[in-house]
Amino acid sequence: MKLAYYPGCSLEGSGIEYGMSTERTADILGIELVELDDWNCCGATSGHNTNKLLSLALPARNLAIAEQMGLPMLAPCAACYNRHRNTEHVIKNDPEMRETIAQLIEMELQGTAETVSILEVLANQVGIEQIASKVTRPLLGMKAVCYYGCLLVRPVEHTGFDDPEDPQTMDRIVRALGAETLDWSHKTECCGASLVTSRPEVGNRMLYQILRNAKEAGAECIVTACPLCGMNLDMRQGQVEKEFNTKFDLPVYYVTELVAWAAGESRQAVGIDRHFVEAGRYLDEVAVRAEKIKAEKEAQAQAKAKAAAQAKKAGDQADEDPEARQKKIDAMVKAFEKNPDKMVKRLIEDEERAAILLEVIREDSKKTARLAELMVDDAEKASKAAEAYVTAELKKRAK
Amino acid sequence: MKLIPACEEDQQLLRRLEAEAGTNVNLCYQCGKCSAGCPAAFAMDYPPRQVIRLLQLGMVKQALKAESIWICASCETCSTRCPRGVDIASLMDTLRREALRQGLITDKKVAAFNQAFLNGVRLFGRTYEAGLLLQHNLKTMQPFKDAQYGLPMMKRGKISILPAKIKNRDQVKKIFDKVQQLGGE
Amino acid sequence: MVAVAQHPNIELVTYAEVVKVSGYIGNFTVTIKKKAKYVDWNLCTGCGTCWEKCPSKKIKDEFELGMGMRTSIHKLFPQAVPGKPIIDAATCTKLTKGKCGICEKVCPTQAIRYDDKDQYVDEEVGAIVMATGYDLFPWEEAYGEYGYGKYPDVITSLHFERLVSSQGPTGGKIQRPSDGKVPDSVAFIKCVGSRDDTKGKSYCSRACCMYTAKHAYQVKDKLPDSEAYVFYMDVRTAGKNYEEFYQRSLNAGAKYIRGRVSKIYPRGDKLVLKTEDTLLGMPMEVEVDMVVLATAMVPAQGAQELAKIIGFSTDKDGFFQEAHPKLQPVETFTAGVYVAGACQGPKDIPDTVAQASAAAVKVCGLFSKDRLATEPMITEVDISKCSGCGFCVPICPYHALSLVEIKDRGHHGPFTRQVVEVNSSLCQGCGACLPACRTTALSLRGFTNEQLVAEVDALCL
Repeated sequence: MKLAYYPGCSLEGSGIEYGMSTERTADILGIELVELDDWNCCGATSGHNTNKLLSLALPARNLAIAEQMGLPMLAPCAACYNRHRNTEHVIKNDPEMRETIAQLIEMELQGTAETVSILEVLANQVGIEQIASKVTRPLLGMKAVCYYGCLLVRPVEHTGFDDPEDPQTMDRIVRALGAETLDWSHKTECCGASLVTSRPEVGNRMLYQILRNAKEAGAECIVTACPLCGMNLDMRQGQVEKEFNTKFDLPVYYVTELVAWAAGESRQAVGIDRHFVEAGRYLDEVAVRAEKIKAEKEAQAQAKAKAAAQAKKAGDQADEDPEARQKKIDAMVKAFEKNPDKMVKRLIEDEERAAILLEVIREDSKKTARLAELMVDDAEKASKAAEAYVTAELKKRAK
Repeated sequence: MKLIPACEEDQQLLRRLEAEAGTNVNLCYQCGKCSAGCPAAFAMDYPPRQVIRLLQLGMVKQALKAESIWICASCETCSTRCPRGVDIASLMDTLRREALRQGLITDKKVAAFNQAFLNGVRLFGRTYEAGLLLQHNLKTMQPFKDAQYGLPMMKRGKISILPAKIKNRDQVKKIFDKVQQLGGE
Repeated sequence: MVAVAQHPNIELVTYAEVVKVSGYIGNFTVTIKKKAKYVDWNLCTGCGTCWEKCPSKKIKDEFELGMGMRTSIHKLFPQAVPGKPIIDAATCTKLTKGKCGICEKVCPTQAIRYDDKDQYVDEEVGAIVMATGYDLFPWEEAYGEYGYGKYPDVITSLHFERLVSSQGPTGGKIQRPSDGKVPDSVAFIKCVGSRDDTKGKSYCSRACCMYTAKHAYQVKDKLPDSEAYVFYMDVRTAGKNYEEFYQRSLNAGAKYIRGRVSKIYPRGDKLVLKTEDTLLGMPMEVEVDMVVLATAMVPAQGAQELAKIIGFSTDKDGFFQEAHPKLQPVETFTAGVYVAGACQGPKDIPDTVAQASAAAVKVCGLFSKDRLATEPMITEVDISKCSGCGFCVPICPYHALSLVEIKDRGHHGPFTRQVVEVNSSLCQGCGACLPACRTTALSLRGFTNEQLVAEVDALCL
């Protein structure tokens, strides 16, 4: 797979970990990224807040370059993705506007370029199985919430690759890495974006809602795919903690950081050490948990295999010699007649219930025969049947 | 307050704004879902629904002077959930731009941030984050705001003192100049 | 309903479907599929022994909207008429696996018939009245901001009706579906799916304002210490005593907040609603224990297919199309087919009863005559020009055209040939057949070619 690559200003600046980990991830997954030659800033929010034509022209210049390259353009930054998709939408549907913009940027503009988000590329184009196959360090035991923010999923006319209220693309990717993604209600609530910088008394509160809800949902970390959200949640977590007098301790990871890490990359290569909220310790903790979970799973599997083998053996034995089996059953029935107390104790530990079982089998020889049969074939089933008899008897008596 | 019909000028302005935003304020039946879902509404003088109400009544000037249009974070939650399909987010953007054009800048801080941001893009073709913060801080007279992050950001390689420049930054500058000439619609 | 079942002139056929209709006003032939009940209702007394003993007990009851359980052999709902059971073949152990058979053993009148099959019966009728009712809008598919149906304590008004009903799954106790606790606060959200151009239906569902006022009152009545919030855009109380009814709910302490809810999300075991009190002009958050959504009324499932089978039109929202919005509210464009109730458009009980009475009387009026006067402005065939090609026959949407044999005389003597005949009861004068006629044998009375040309001349010349 070959894609034109538009890092955007943040991935080389405040969101540098996102840029580093995206490049590592592309390498691991066999995606060739060809960086756009001499790309310019998309204008982000300041662009469309100031001037409509400007907000269309700046991304259009990049789209024109991508058109010449003839490749779909990957823009990991959610804002860049959104601004380019907006421009694409306009120039595809409004030929007059396309002409105006083409003249503005003095470049040819056909309207054929297509911008894709990192989530689309990972989940839909590369595929979940492919990602899972590259995992050498599964994130078992990690409890994450996936934070999409606004610009990846709204407005639906421009983005459209996932549901705007309950998107699942990032969740699927993170689950493919072995982590547990928790369901939470602030998946797409705005983090405050640049308001956190220009009007902190507004932005901080918006950030607080997200961090608080993540914590309440039981998250131990947040995964995101937007460098501004990432910076706000990570760098500004401390100031939010101070203003609201609380502690979060929630490391914030970019989705590509986790993909690369799970595939075996080092902390430095991925950029974990550059976070503000310490993010390495949690990954180490997860690694320890993952080992434990793996060991438990193996033990369980072994126990299951053992039980299956035993059952098979018993089954085989029974199949092999029906006469021998019948002899065993008869012996059991005799044992019930001779030593009923001992026999019921073998089936039920609880003394009271055992006593009731005694009474039940005294009255009903068919039940005794059935229990005898089960005790020869499957001890567990025999105990279960015994318990069932007692429960039924108690119910009858209650009436 | 006496409600009088909007003057011809204001009516025309409203029509122009609606056309630029690509939506129709008369569709709105004031249900309040936009204000309800707006994450920044708590800080607004006129939450989104009320801004639309001002426009419906022809009180365009008041809408342009509202602080709300600067607090809006462009998260698009309102437009996504509006049962009448009114594109409130787009209207907020349009009002912001018109307010700039008319010099009605109720929130100097946000306007200063945007200006600083775009200045860097105009000169270098890319965002000049250090310059942005410096210019913003000076203009809003908060010289030491966020100073505690400066060094840590630099240590982590997240911000550089010098701007990143693209080769054809004159092309980008030209775009800015042309747009200014056109009056920016 | 019981009165209907006992009336000597009424044959009540339940658990059946209409699968085919042919004919025309006064002369319809209706094919009815009587679904297999597996119980002979002629012998069954409705004693209930079978459903008491049925071992398949854990089936989600559709009537209780999944909040209660039923058995495989069951009476469809408590007030079903006749009050006799049917077997749900998909869940019955005997019918699926051949085991069990307890109901047959315990039935005192030996009414169980495992070998029952669907029966098809033809009936000749003179008129058809449609009263197929409504269903609720599937909000779980559209409203992600309310949780897409994930949260068990966000339910519809119909669920709430079952909770409040003394014959419902909780015996009339209002409790949270998630944990059975009595709610300290219940929020009612109106217009979910109604008056929504983007995700739902553009129309108003008419009955919700009143039934929500009723529900809010019921909450305050049964749980006086609990809060009842109603989130609304308008309160539409256009009916006799409706406004006073709404006031009574307000007086009982229901809190009406004007504003649509933007999002519902859980916090702990409560639900948080993000809303705006538009009258105060302040965004607010409200924490409640339970949310009841008043969802839009949509036509009953299968209504459109049924309309196609019978041969009449539906409107843009799938409701049955009335012949005139003001002057013919119970007739359709197809003569002999009438509509009554919510199948024609959202409405409440008084209006439904009024419409039903009107439809019934229309039928009476129809039957009181020996002969039927029809619209004169229908298609006419000039048999001297008709070549009998039959091109027009399949074009007519009302199946009003057919080929018939006539006797004629030609150069060589008498002969028979085919011409088109118009059924004056079925033809609605739509004119679709006219362009098909290659010999201009067909013309529309009142709108002949000559008349139309004269009109154009008068205007243009």
